[in-house]
Amino acid sequence: MNFTEITKKSFNTVADYILGNLQAGEEANVNLHAEESVFIRFNGSKVRQNTTVEQRTLSLLLQKDGKTASFSFSITGDETEDKKRADQWLAEARKECALLPEDPYQVPLKNNGVSDSTFKGALLAEEAVVAAITAPAAGVDLAGLYCAGPLISANKNSKGQSHWFATENFFMDYSLYLGEKAVKSVYAGTHWNQKEFEANLAQSKNQLSLMDRPKKTLAPGAYRTYLAPGAVAEMASMFSWGALSFSAYKQGNSALQKLADKEKSLSSLFSVRENFGMGLTHRFNGLGELAPETLNVIHQGQLQSFMTSTRSAKEYSVEANGADGGEYPRAMEILPGSLKEQDILKELGTGLYLSNLHYLNWSDRMNARITGMTRYACFWVENGEIVAPIADLRFDESLYDCLGENLLAVTDFQAVDPMVSTYESRAFGGKKVPGMLIKDFKFTL
Amino acid sequence: MLDLQRTLNQVKSDADWVSLRHVTEKTTHRRVRDEKIDGNSVYFDQGVMVEVLVNGHFGFAGTSDLTESGIKRALGKAIAMAKSGSSQKVHNFTTAQRPQAKGIYSSPVIRPIDSLSAKEITDIFVDATKAMKVSDKIISRSAGTMIVETSFHVVNSSGSEVQQNFSIVSTDFSATSGGPGETQTRSDNGGLARCFQVGAEVFNRADILARSKRIAEESLELLSADNCPDEAMDLLLAPDQMTLQVHESIGHPLEYDRILGDERNYAGWSFVKPEDFGNLQYGSKLMNVTFDPTIADAMASYAFDDSGLKATKEFLIKDGVLVRGLGGLESQARLNLPGVANFRSSSWNRAPIDRMANINLEPGTTKFQDMIASIERGVFMMANKSWSIDDYRNKFQFGCEYAKLIENGKITKTLKNPNYRGTTVKFWNGLKAVSENRETYGSPFCGKGEPNQVIRVGHTTPYCLFSNVEVFGA
Repeated sequence: MNFTEITKKSFNTVADYILGNLQAGEEANVNLHAEESVFIRFNGSKVRQNTTVEQRTLSLLLQKDGKTASFSFSITGDETEDKKRADQWLAEARKECALLPEDPYQVPLKNNGVSDSTFKGALLAEEAVVAAITAPAAGVDLAGLYCAGPLISANKNSKGQSHWFATENFFMDYSLYLGEKAVKSVYAGTHWNQKEFEANLAQSKNQLSLMDRPKKTLAPGAYRTYLAPGAVAEMASMFSWGALSFSAYKQGNSALQKLADKEKSLSSLFSVRENFGMGLTHRFNGLGELAPETLNVIHQGQLQSFMTSTRSAKEYSVEANGADGGEYPRAMEILPGSLKEQDILKELGTGLYLSNLHYLNWSDRMNARITGMTRYACFWVENGEIVAPIADLRFDESLYDCLGENLLAVTDFQAVDPMVSTYESRAFGGKKVPGMLIKDFKFTL
Repeated sequence: MLDLQRTLNQVKSDADWVSLRHVTEKTTHRRVRDEKIDGNSVYFDQGVMVEVLVNGHFGFAGTSDLTESGIKRALGKAIAMAKSGSSQKVHNFTTAQRPQAKGIYSSPVIRPIDSLSAKEITDIFVDATKAMKVSDKIISRSAGTMIVETSFHVVNSSGSEVQQNFSIVSTDFSATSGGPGETQTRSDNGGLARCFQVGAEVFNRADILARSKRIAEESLELLSADNCPDEAMDLLLAPDQMTLQVHESIGHPLEYDRILGDERNYAGWSFVKPEDFGNLQYGSKLMNVTFDPTIADAMASYAFDDSGLKATKEFLIKDGVLVRGLGGLESQARLNLPGVANFRSSSWNRAPIDRMANINLEPGTTKFQDMIASIERGVFMMANKSWSIDDYRNKFQFGCEYAKLIENGKITKTLKNPNYRGTTVKFWNGLKAVSENRETYGSPFCGKGEPNQVIRVGHTTPYCLFSNVEVFGA
C-alpha cells in the first residue's frame, strides 16, 4: 500500500475507534491532515537543502454538556499505537470538558453527508528531481523550492458524516536572478511534464532578459499602474487578514467595515467570489460542512456576503455560508473584465508595470489602506513600451481608491495563483485572479 | 517512551554521520471574549528528524512514525535525499559543521504550567475581559494565551547528546472601542508581544486585571484623539515597538542565509554584503547590538543550536559599526565569516536554517525623563500594529497602536493612527539617545524558510530616540 492507502485505512480505524468509544451525551468531530512530502530547496541552481516529511495529525473535537474541548495529536499509521494515543487524548478531552465553563456558541454536530475523492498524480521520482530542475536551469541563477507528494484532508463525526480528499500534487516555486534583478514564477499541478516546466522556465528566462537594462529610480508619487495577476494575487491575500470575516466585522476589525456599512464603495468592475469549481481545494470545512460551489462575496463593487462560519452565525443570529472557523476565503476568484492582454501596455501608456508585490500589511485598517513593496519584474513603461526595470518602491494605498474610482480596467484573462504555503504542513488551495489597470496608484518611498 | 540513543544504535548505516532529533511539543490555546469562552485547544505534536551526511551533503527525513521501522524508513529516505542532492550541492560540508555537544537546558520556571488548571486560567481571563468593560463604546474585549511546552532531544553518531526543555507562555489582551466611522484597538504591548520562557507565575491575576483596565481606557482615549501629524520630526520609540524595529531592520538583514541568497525566493535577501562586516557604519555610535541567548526569560534563550554549537553572547554591532552576522556553522563555512549559534529548526519536520534568536539593543545612559525633556517637537510611539519592509530590509513602514505628542520637552496629548517610515541605515544613524532601562518582548511567529518555518524570537531593548523621521497618521 502507498502512503495514501495506508493513511486512509489508519484514519478510518482510529476515527471509528474514537467515535465508537464515545459515552452517553458525548459527540465528536474528527479531522485528519496528512502528507508525505519531498522538499528540495535551491540556491544558485544548486541544492541547498533537501528533506522528506511524513506526518499525520488527527484533530478531535469533543462536545459534552454544552462544553467543547479540542485536541490534536500526531498518529503513526500503526493501528495499535494510534488507538493507544486516541485513548490517551480522548481521556484528556473528557477531563478538559469537565473543567471548562459552557461554550455559549457551541455548534451542534450534524451529518453533512459523505464524500470520497482521491486524485492520483504523476510526480517526478524523488531521485530524478534534482536533474529535472538543474539541467534546464543551467546558465541562470535560480533560487526556489520544489515540493511534491500526497496531501490528504479527511473528516468524520459522530452523526455519521464522512469526507475524504486526497491528491498528489507538486509545485516548483522559483525565481531567476540577474544580480539583484529578478523574475518570479511557479509551475504547479498534479502531473509533472518536463516540457511544460522547461517552457515555463524559458518564459522566465525571456522575461529576465528584459531586466538587463539599467534600473530607473522613480520619485514617490501617484502613477498610472498595471498590476499583473501575480501582484493582484498578493493584494488579494489581504482579504484573508480579517477583511471578509463576519466575526471580525462584528468585533470592529474588518478592513471592509465601511464597504459593509455603505460608507465607501468599490468599482463596479471589481467582483470577488468563492469558487470551489476551480478544483483547487475541497469544499468541506473543519466541521465537515459543505460550502456552496460558488458564493458571491463582492459583486460589482458591492459587498454581498462576509465569510460566515456556523459559530459566528449562532453568535450573531445570521445564516452561515460554509466558511471555516477562520472565516477567510478558501477558493477566491476575482472575476475578469475586458482588457485584452495585447492591449495592456497600450492602455497603460506611461506608467508602471508591476509583476509582483511583497510584504503587504494594513497601514490604516479602517480605511482599507495597505502598504507594501514592489518586487521582481517591475518596469517603467513609456508610450506603451517597456523602457527599464525600476528600483523598488513602497506603496501606501487604500483599496477604496485603487479598487474604487481609480480602477480603470480588469483583464479578460485570469491566472491561477497556487497555494505554496508550507507552514507546519502543506496547504491546499489557491486563487484565480486577473490583472488590473489603476490610475494614481500612490508610492511613498 | 522513545529511547533515542538505543534507536540510534539500532539504525546505524553507511552514512558518514547520523543524527536523530526527537521533538515533542504541546501547545495550548485558551481564549475568552466578552466574558465568554472563545476557544480552547490543545495540539500535541511529536516526531523524529533523521539527519545524515553523505558525500559532503546533509539529507533530512522527518517522520511522525516513531516505531523502529518508521525511523529506519526515514533513515533510508534521508540517505537517498543526501545522495540525490550531493550531485549539485551548494557546498561540501563535513562533520565540522556538527560539533560534539553534551548538555541539558531548561527554561527558568518558577511555577510549573500544570499547577494552574484550565478553569483557573479561564476564570482570570473572564475577569480580565470584565475589567475592560469601562464604557459602552468598548465593542470587543479579548483575553488569550498560547502555552508551549516543548522538548528537543538530539543524539548523533559523533557522541552528542543534548536535551533542551522550553516552557513558553504568550499572552494577549486587547480592547476595541468603536465610534462613528472608526474603531481603535489597544493591546497589551502589541499582539502576543508579551511572550517569555516562564511558567504559571505569569498569570498574576491582579497585574492582568490592572493591565486589562488600562488598555481598555487607552482604546477609548484613542477614539477622541487627534490623528498623528504628517511631518518629519523626532521619534521616540518604546521597547514594545523597538522590538519590531530591531527584528526587521537588524535581525533579518544580518542573517547569513539571506546574505547568501538562500531566502531570495521567499523572504528576500539583504542590503548587507559580506565585505560590510567590520566596515559598515550601521548606526550612530550609541548603537550596540548583541546576539544574546542568555537572557533568563527571553523567548529564544537556549544552550545549543540545532547543529550542536554552544550559544554565547556576541556583539553584532559595536559603537554603530557592523562587526558580526547571524549565521550558523554551515553559513560560516560558506561565507568564511564568524557567526553565532543560530542554526535552528522550528520542529522535527524541518531542517535547521539561520535564525535570529534573541537580538538585543544594549542599554544607554539617558534617563527616560531626560529624553522627553530633550525633544522640542516629536512623537512617542508604543506597541506595534503594522509592519512592512522590503526584501533587502531597507525601506520600511511601521505603524503603532498609541502615541503621544511631545512639544517643548513635555508630553502634551494622545495621538491615534501613528505610523513612520524610513530606510534602515539612515534611520539607525539618526539614533540620538538610548535609555538606561530596558524591557523584554518577543514574537512566537517569525516566519521564514522554504519549506516555511515559524520560530520564536526575543528582543530586549531600551527606549530609543531618533531624529528627523517621517511620521504620519491615517
